Formats: sequence, C-alpha cells, structure tokens
Amino acid sequence: MKHIVKILSLVVAITALWIGLLQSSVIPRSHTWLLPVYFVVSLGCYGLLMVGVGLMNFPTCPQEALLLQEDIVEAKEYLKQRGVDVSSS
Amino acid sequence: MDGQNKNQANKYSIIVPTYNERLNIGLIVYLIFKHLKDVDFEVIVVDDGSPDGTQDVVKQLQKVYGEDRILLRPRPKKLGLGTAYIHGMKHASGNFVVIMDADLSHHPKYLPRFISKQMETRADIVTGTRYVKGGGVHGWNLMRKLTSRGANVLAQTFLWPGVSDLTGSFRLYRKSVLEDIISSCVSKGYVFQMEMIVRASRKGYHIEEVPITFVDRVFGSSKLGGSEIVEYLKGLAYLLVTT
Repeated sequence: MKHIVKILSLVVAITALWIGLLQSSVIPRSHTWLLPVYFVVSLGCYGLLMVGVGLMNFPTCPQEALLLQEDIVEAKEYLKQRGVDVSSS
Repeated sequence: MDGQNKNQANKYSIIVPTYNERLNIGLIVYLIFKHLKDVDFEVIVVDDGSPDGTQDVVKQLQKVYGEDRILLRPRPKKLGLGTAYIHGMKHASGNFVVIMDADLSHHPKYLPRFISKQMETRADIVTGTRYVKGGGVHGWNLMRKLTSRGANVLAQTFLWPGVSDLTGSFRLYRKSVLEDIISSCVSKGYVFQMEMIVRASRKGYHIEEVPITFVDRVFGSSKLGGSEIVEYLKGLAYLLVTT
C-alpha cells in the first residue's frame, strides 16, 4: 500500500472521530469545533520541540577533524613515495 | 545466500563518483586499502571528465595498487549521481556495493563496521547515520544544523522512513537490491538519496544503520539557500505521494 494511502486513512479515521464527537455532544460543541485547531497546533509544537531537542543534542565530532588531518599526512607520505601526485592544484 | 559460512566469498565493489578530486581520490584510496586489509574488494572510480587531472592520478594509483583493484570507468561529462552509480555497477564484480563520497567527508575507517554489521544481521542495506550517538558532524554552523534537524523532523513525521539519516550517501547495498531500487528512482541530488532509502524501506528490504562521523571540509559553502529548501519540500511531497 502506498504511504500516502496510509496517511490519508489516518486522516479519514481522525476526521470520522471528530464528526462523531460533534454529533454525540460528549464534549461541548464549542470545544469540539476547535479540536482540529488544537491538534494542528500541538503537532506544530511537538515538531518544534523535536527540532529544538535535536539541535541541542546534535552529535558533533571535532576530534575527527584532527584525526582526518593526521590520516591525510600519512596518506600523502605513502603516496608521494610511490609516485602518486599529491599536489592539490 | 551468504550467511553462516566462514569462508563466504563476499566481494565489495566500492563506487566512488568523482569530479575534480585529484588530491582526495589518492587519499581515499590509501585509506580504503589501509582499513580493508583482509577483504576482497575493488574501487570503481566514476569520473565525470574532471578537468583537474583526477583521472591521471587514478592511473598512477592503478600502478601502485593494481588495475584489478582500482577500476577507472570515466564518463565524458557531469551526468548526475544516479547514473554514476548505475554506470559503476555495470563494471562491478562484487556481490555487495558500497557508495561513498570522494571528498573524505565519508571516512573509509567505517567500512569494516558496515561489513560486519551486514554479516551479523544479514541486512540488505547498511546505511551510515550521522545523527545518532557515536556518529556526528563537524564543520556545520548553527544554521546548517538547524535546517538539517528541521528537514529530518519533517521527513520522519510525514514519511516514517525507518532510518534516522535520510540524506546520507555512505551506504552498503547488496548488489541485487541496489539494482532493484535504483531502477525506480528518478530524483536528483540529495533527494535521490532519500528516495533510494525510502523506496527500499517500502519494499521491505532489511535496513540497518551504523553511526558514522562526517567531517565537512568545504567550509563556508552555502549549500542551504532558499531554493534548496524549496527543492527539499518538493522532494518530500513527491516521496510522500509516490512511495
């Protein structure tokens, strides 16, 4: 099944639930009408939270840059001795 | 099927597309040979007519390491990444294919980890991820990290891809699997990498991840402008609807 079909089914199910709530008046009408807005806003807030948390915990590796420089020196030495051109221009 | 057999004859074809990488190609070949000492592999350099003499350096490398270990399969001009992989695969004699960048942002020291992960789990695809503990990025400023993280959250929310790093291009594929997915991918650039992994996920292929570190040496390049963001959103929408 295509992914979009899954997403649309989810949307349809949630919409059906919402309509059901509207008709049955379990929750006062005024609140029920606003549920989709609450839903979208919460989704947005959750997304922003995830971006923020991810940004704070973004894995970095400064030591890798140093290790890479060492590897480059080692590689250049080896290749130069064997006749490979290691100039950068 | 490879699996329990200790003397399994796995061969890894490492496809490295290049354009103006005359220095980096030597470095990366050296590092590949250094880290894959007891592995049966070949390096396939797909050069798109580099004007800086990359191909001359590759020929020198062939003298050092052997023409059977380093294959130079050039193309006349820049023809895109997807076709570079297809072109490389035509000349690949391995049953596994590794794709990686030539600019040393992907370090060959992770290759043994890709290989062992695949053997342990019998996965069809092992993809490198920069975004988990043990992995990481160096050389990105805050803006770059923000857009990367934002893009990732969007992709996870809407695509449910099953992998943590969608745009990464350091991957090990079972050759038959790569042939299968690449034939159905039409996107370009990094959206292409996303499309590959999402299609693989949809087709039910077994995908594993290995943390990798990514050192971006192209400092100050504005790879993420407004048009890039629009391209990304268009790519996301395309993947949402067609996969």
